[in-house]
Amino acid sequence: MTTASSLTLACPAPFAVLDRVQLGHGSGGKMSAALVRERFLPHLENRALAQLGDGSVVNVGGVDVVVSTDTFVVSPLEFPGGDIGSLAVHGTLNDLAMMGARPVCLTAGFVLEEGLPLSLLDRIVQSMAEAAQRAQVPIVAGDTKVVERGKADGLYINTTGIGAADAQFRPQPHLAREGDAVIVSGAIGRHGMAIMAAREGLAFETTITSDSACLISLVDDLRNAEIEVHVLRDPTRGGVASALNEIAAASAVGIEIDESALLVPSDVRAACEVLGLDPLYVANEGVLLAFVAPAHIESALTTLRAHPLGRNAVQIGRVLADHPGAVALRTWLGGTRIVDLLPGDQLPRIC
Amino acid sequence: MKFLSEYRDAAIARPLIEHIKRTATRSWTMMEVCGGQTHTIVRQGLDELLEGVVEMIHGPGCPVCVTPLEQIDKALILAARPDVIFASFGDMLRVPGSSCDLQQIRAQGGTVRIVYSPLDALELARRHTDREVVFFAVGFETTAPANAMAVWRARQLGVRNFSVLVSHVTVPPAIAAIMAAPDNRVQAFLAAGHVCSVMGWTEYEPIAARYHVPIVVTGFEPIDILEGILMAVRQLETGRAEVENQYVRSVRREGTPAARLRVEDVFELVDRKWRGIGEIPMSGFRLRPEFAEYDAERKFGLDDIHVDEPADCHAGEVLTGRLKPPQCPAFGTRCTPDHPLGAPMISSEGACAAYYHLARYRGVQPTATAGLAS
Repeated sequence: MTTASSLTLACPAPFAVLDRVQLGHGSGGKMSAALVRERFLPHLENRALAQLGDGSVVNVGGVDVVVSTDTFVVSPLEFPGGDIGSLAVHGTLNDLAMMGARPVCLTAGFVLEEGLPLSLLDRIVQSMAEAAQRAQVPIVAGDTKVVERGKADGLYINTTGIGAADAQFRPQPHLAREGDAVIVSGAIGRHGMAIMAAREGLAFETTITSDSACLISLVDDLRNAEIEVHVLRDPTRGGVASALNEIAAASAVGIEIDESALLVPSDVRAACEVLGLDPLYVANEGVLLAFVAPAHIESALTTLRAHPLGRNAVQIGRVLADHPGAVALRTWLGGTRIVDLLPGDQLPRIC
Repeated sequence: MKFLSEYRDAAIARPLIEHIKRTATRSWTMMEVCGGQTHTIVRQGLDELLEGVVEMIHGPGCPVCVTPLEQIDKALILAARPDVIFASFGDMLRVPGSSCDLQQIRAQGGTVRIVYSPLDALELARRHTDREVVFFAVGFETTAPANAMAVWRARQLGVRNFSVLVSHVTVPPAIAAIMAAPDNRVQAFLAAGHVCSVMGWTEYEPIAARYHVPIVVTGFEPIDILEGILMAVRQLETGRAEVENQYVRSVRREGTPAARLRVEDVFELVDRKWRGIGEIPMSGFRLRPEFAEYDAERKFGLDDIHVDEPADCHAGEVLTGRLKPPQCPAFGTRCTPDHPLGAPMISSEGACAAYYHLARYRGVQPTATAGLAS
């Protein structure tokens, strides 16, 4: 990292060394990656963690078990299309599903803020229970802590998922190869824009609902159809752009996507235009990216489209040997631009 | 989507590109003034599609790029005060000041809020009467009416805990300064459509005549920009130097008189520093004396803070088209999108960031071109 003192002579704007956590560290972009790489891995390094996937595979008495954990801090707690409870169940189950695991159980930890209405807590826990029931995965352990008013944003939830690994079906971020089709299971940008629109301070009304959904059965359909899937990823925070960048880096391949193939609902696009945001970087909670072997493209699309969550599945791009580590987007007009990881949060543009 | 999809239609855009290529008998260099236009050009790859026919120089019309270090530093001082809620448009949060940026101030405990309208900042002041709310009034003539309106409305409502840190600049003096520079390469301008929707285009007529340079008032969608380029190429090919209006659906010659009046009510012209370029006479706005109580610099005693930009800063040469980003000695080494030194590396459509990404994509290590530093 450059130091401020070495810059004072030559640069117009010396950039100070970061010495505190910023919101951008939670964005899913470069700052998040650097935080994990520089602050966590040096202390916690081990073989399972080094996989840096959505979860880890650990061997328990000769059986491969998949473990994944996720913490949910969404505001508002209830939003069009979901709430923090169902989101906390879907999010962790989806992480297991992206590793090809069959979920076995969940745990849930709650941080509650003094003053949280119990009626709201009831609704959220009930929503969790219903989401877990629909997925047929029990919540088998839990914990609650209460903090003083002002020390938490109503309620935080951590969920951990345990699943059984599937020896035959184990997609991983580093397995993308040249020729793979990049398929997205549905329309993008809904969750992030639903949250933004619901958040206090945005004076416009929209009809956007979150896509929050459990993707286990969609992945099961791919598994049962014996589709050769190399990588599965749910493009949550940081959106499709960040997920593709991580896969391109992990697999050391180039990825090219076709802008015209991306399905962005018109209300999401309109909200993004108004706010100066790019839907490619907006979070999804019910969409998956699948990297599929060339011979299986049609069958993968047919399989996905037969499922309610995959009705709008479409191939958006392919994996290339060129420009390893970089994601290029072919614009609707035939131009090219690079879709990079954002440094931190996506900031609304002035002009 | 109405009013968008029809301006992003490949069936219209492709023939326009061909038309530009057929019309140009040589390669022309033109500048799109506004950051919003740069955004479209870079995102849609229009510069790549016109390679060898038209070279687009990304102009200084981006508030993120040209707000001077001095004003950023004042923003940082204000945002760090415990009694202040500092409200800003989103992308100003990453602009580095002398020591840090607004995001870091927020991490250190400052209250920094992203707002989409200055009137939202005024609303914050009305909700938080125990705090001082300061809005960072940056931008060109486009944001000036709304910013003026917020101040005007604050006075009308008697809101005392609201003030603005003004860093307003105007387009015509910058165009004149670029044309007057001895090593200028710009042969035509795409003027900023939204600036002209407020101000009209009469101010540009003397500039076009004096410097014999075509100026086309242009919109922001891909087809707007291609049309604007075609109109400019036609002028260049026929030796004309006029102000023309491509953006007819938004811009009239006289602009929007009501908005202009509100700007004139609240602001007066003043010399302004531009980051990387320096001071341009009568190129910006400040609050008129009768609105002085809403001037954050005066309210918080920041009038005497002056920060000089280092003389060897190259951002200005990039912003005026005299230097290509890879010709800057810091490019790709000390200055990258993760650690921007200058403003054009900050936003993804900044000229330097655009070159940086393209080099990486083409498998080249993006570094400074040896020996070209001026």
